[in-house]
Amino acid sequence: MTLNSSAAPAPSESRKFNIDTVAHATDTPELELPWAALGLKENEFDRVVEILGRRPTAAELAMYSVMWSEHCSYKSSKVHLKQFGDKVTDAMKKHLLVGIGENAGVVDIGDGWAVTFKVESHNHPSFVEPYQGAATGVGGIVRDIISMGARPVAIMDPLRFGAIDHPDTPRLVHGIVSGIGGYGNSLGLPNIGGEVVFGSVYQGNPLVNALAVGVLRHEDIRLANASGVGNKVVLFGARTGGDGIGGASVLASESFDADKPSKRPAVQVGDPFAEKVLIECCLELFKASVVEGIQDLGAAGISCATSELASNGDGGMHVELTDVLLRDPSLTPGEILMSESQERMMAVVTPANTAAFEAIMEKWNVEYSWLGEVTDTGRLIIEWDGEKIVDVDPRTVAHDGPVYNRPFHRPSWLDALQEDTFDGDRPADGDALRAAVLELMAAPNMCSKDWITNQYDRFVQGNTALAMPDDAGVVRVDEETGLGVAISTDANGRYSYLNPYEGARLALAEAYRNVATTGAKPLAVTDCLNFGSPEDPEVMWQFAETVRGLADACHELGVPVTGGNVSLYNQTGGVAIHPTPVVGVLGVFDDVARRTPSGWRDDGQAIYLLGTTRNELDGSEWANLRGHLGGQPPVADLTAEKTLAAILVNSSRDGMIDAAHDLSEGGLAAALSEAALRFGVGARIGIDELCERDGVDPFTALFSESQGRAIVSVARSEEVRFNDMCTARNYPHLRIGVVDAENGALDVQGHFTLPLGELRTAHEATLPDHFA
Amino acid sequence: MRPEATTLDSVRVGIVTFPGSLDDRDAARAVRLAGGISVPLWHGEHDLQGVDAVVVPGGFSYGDYLRAGAISRFAPLMEQITMAASGGRDALPVLGICNGFQVLTEAHLLPGSMIKNNHLHFLCRDQRLRVENSATAWTSSYAAGDEIIIPLKNQDGQFVADERTLDELEGEGRVVFRYVGDNPNGSRRDIAGISNAAGNVVGLMPHPEHAVEAGFGPDSSAAGQVGVRGGTDGLGIFTSVLKKLVN
Repeated sequence: MTLNSSAAPAPSESRKFNIDTVAHATDTPELELPWAALGLKENEFDRVVEILGRRPTAAELAMYSVMWSEHCSYKSSKVHLKQFGDKVTDAMKKHLLVGIGENAGVVDIGDGWAVTFKVESHNHPSFVEPYQGAATGVGGIVRDIISMGARPVAIMDPLRFGAIDHPDTPRLVHGIVSGIGGYGNSLGLPNIGGEVVFGSVYQGNPLVNALAVGVLRHEDIRLANASGVGNKVVLFGARTGGDGIGGASVLASESFDADKPSKRPAVQVGDPFAEKVLIECCLELFKASVVEGIQDLGAAGISCATSELASNGDGGMHVELTDVLLRDPSLTPGEILMSESQERMMAVVTPANTAAFEAIMEKWNVEYSWLGEVTDTGRLIIEWDGEKIVDVDPRTVAHDGPVYNRPFHRPSWLDALQEDTFDGDRPADGDALRAAVLELMAAPNMCSKDWITNQYDRFVQGNTALAMPDDAGVVRVDEETGLGVAISTDANGRYSYLNPYEGARLALAEAYRNVATTGAKPLAVTDCLNFGSPEDPEVMWQFAETVRGLADACHELGVPVTGGNVSLYNQTGGVAIHPTPVVGVLGVFDDVARRTPSGWRDDGQAIYLLGTTRNELDGSEWANLRGHLGGQPPVADLTAEKTLAAILVNSSRDGMIDAAHDLSEGGLAAALSEAALRFGVGARIGIDELCERDGVDPFTALFSESQGRAIVSVARSEEVRFNDMCTARNYPHLRIGVVDAENGALDVQGHFTLPLGELRTAHEATLPDHFA
Repeated sequence: MRPEATTLDSVRVGIVTFPGSLDDRDAARAVRLAGGISVPLWHGEHDLQGVDAVVVPGGFSYGDYLRAGAISRFAPLMEQITMAASGGRDALPVLGICNGFQVLTEAHLLPGSMIKNNHLHFLCRDQRLRVENSATAWTSSYAAGDEIIIPLKNQDGQFVADERTLDELEGEGRVVFRYVGDNPNGSRRDIAGISNAAGNVVGLMPHPEHAVEAGFGPDSSAAGQVGVRGGTDGLGIFTSVLKKLVN
């Protein structure tokens, strides 16, 4: 079944038609080119002409148009993203082996082990074609992880859909969930967490973000560069087809409008089997040390891979494009350069290693073709059957794209929005509070996500120590020592809409707190910044504020951003999504056996609430249920978060706590419900002392979303030690109840009792009712 | 033939890897945790390397293209396994898990086949099973009627066969595992796993290799809750075959 370059058909006469060579371009300066249809702006096209000193060829135009697209070049976001680098201190970089700018960041977790992780968006394709869009989102992020030299070990998918009862939502939920499952399950990667949020602002722009984690030894780190003059350039994996042409430039870098043509052909089609084989094949290449540099083919396909490899290495590359193995022989050179066909990789191999490389390809039945070699000319030369069709300085394609300092200003409506604080329904008596808790736990954003997560494999690889519905996913890295990592992703679009600076800090605070809640020490950050159109100055202000907030918060918490992704133009018919900065935090455990689950189980253990409860209902899930969005989000006190994290990590390590659950959306009511439902073990809770201490009413105690809080269960024998530790760190802590393995209920004494069966039914019915 | 194993840690169990196999490393770990030696076997080879037993693990071999298991059964190694497993009670013990079970039915080592789950979704959950036959090479560590909880995860897990075959399987005691509680996929007669007539070849859809190590398994065991992800009810399947080979 194996075909390689020697078996590939020679370029036929028909493939020589109409080739726009460099010589032809020089001779025909006035020829009209379709730069606007390819997504370039007039000033950008002029700049290309200026760089080249002539008009570009059709192939060059294709390359510049995709590489200078918003998706690939970050031209609107670059000036802001700089802050992630500027605000990093040496101390924060202590664990960073590879930082921003490579395919993914790499973090040292000790004992010679390293972890690479990154979150990316696949929003636009997933709206157009939900199954393939979501599937290839997983495929793309996994290839980024492989490119670093790592074995992928887990994935997570933060998802945002329109209103749960909108007629288009089932199409997207079914397609996206089965796309993630269909691809991820077939790769043998456990899906260990993520988020599912419903909100009408995401109706025309669902967010499909995908995070992958990989594990490697320090010495195995690979980078995307083409060094060593005379080394060979090889393309391997799936064949190149006509799918995904313009995916990055036309699809991901523009808003959707009703009067524009369907963009379905711009979506790529995935083959998870090919990717699984590619993973094993790449790992074998790394083990045998036969590749010098490697780059996955994602957005902008061969254009991206050749220009990035060349400009990161010795600066030159010579490629014969007719040697690319094609699925569709009618593709033009420009289409071949732009195609985003999946499951492809490009590598640089020394002449001495080509035979070893080929042997590994043959073993795994992977197709490959040698395309050319590394040069020191400083030029990327691409030929079509010997005729030069691209002659560029690769840096001008890959790195010197346009940079926009787009205008931005604070929205005029923001003051009025922030003054509109929640003054709606506040249930007071026991029956009303009981009904409110049931309503909250059945709400689309708070209900059990089992119907979705049960479509993902969480067991494969045998190293999953925690997964949904616990606070973070935890995987073991080293089977001998138990060394492992925890990862959580979080974002709250409503908070960010009310105050994008604080919203970004809150997203980081929650992910950081979640990781610490499982007992892991937070180390590093990845982010996926989902926004509307950067050409709208108010959206651009939201973006600028978000980056400033996140960079400041990373600095305060001492965790660096290692990489990520920006997704703009999430906007349909002039309506932008809420600013949604999805933040992923990675933490490390010496031994994952110490991880703390989110639910209690041992009768008689004391339940403590850590942190202070304020009257913070603006932007809350409760206000959302009452149709209100206004005011200011909760205060993000990062000093408090640091102390809380230290308490959670230390008490986990020293065996003081057996359960811990962070308080976030839905406040104490949600945390108590989830902790009780986790293992089906009830509790008796008293909130009156809390109300008195913090000066809040029972409703606020249960539904406020004040930050810096967590509940923990503590064995009787550990209570003194635990109290002493909290006191020593001067952190508010209050015993609010005990685990009751007999009563089968969440009993908030003096207010209401909720049998767990009733609570579970309400919690678990919502998604099946809408989608099963 | 190699000399007979005399201690558990001298029993060698081959784990087959096809392109697209996913749970091969998990199966190897299960064999090691049960006390045996795991031996990787590549699908394209013609030599069983003298292993004492074989596990055909889960995954999506060849992407499940055509039908689950339909391409894999033609692998050179599968010919060796089919021959070695077909010699009666003392023939090579073979266990097919999930995709491995599908491969064994395609290879006609086991009857019936698996079609798409009746709800059409991939389903991953902790699953309660009853061990119906403890006399096979892979179930002797249990007593008939024992219940176990191990993970279930598949999209094509609905076991089907014609009525005569089903009656034959029931009559000969070849239904080895049965789903307890909700049938997760519409499998005929709640069948989760079966054996051949000799009892050396067993296939099941749920994953015993994911319930062998406390801390990384399902949240519960049939005996009750055992700590977060603490279920190890699947280990007995691997210890069964090791003990049989030593005795």
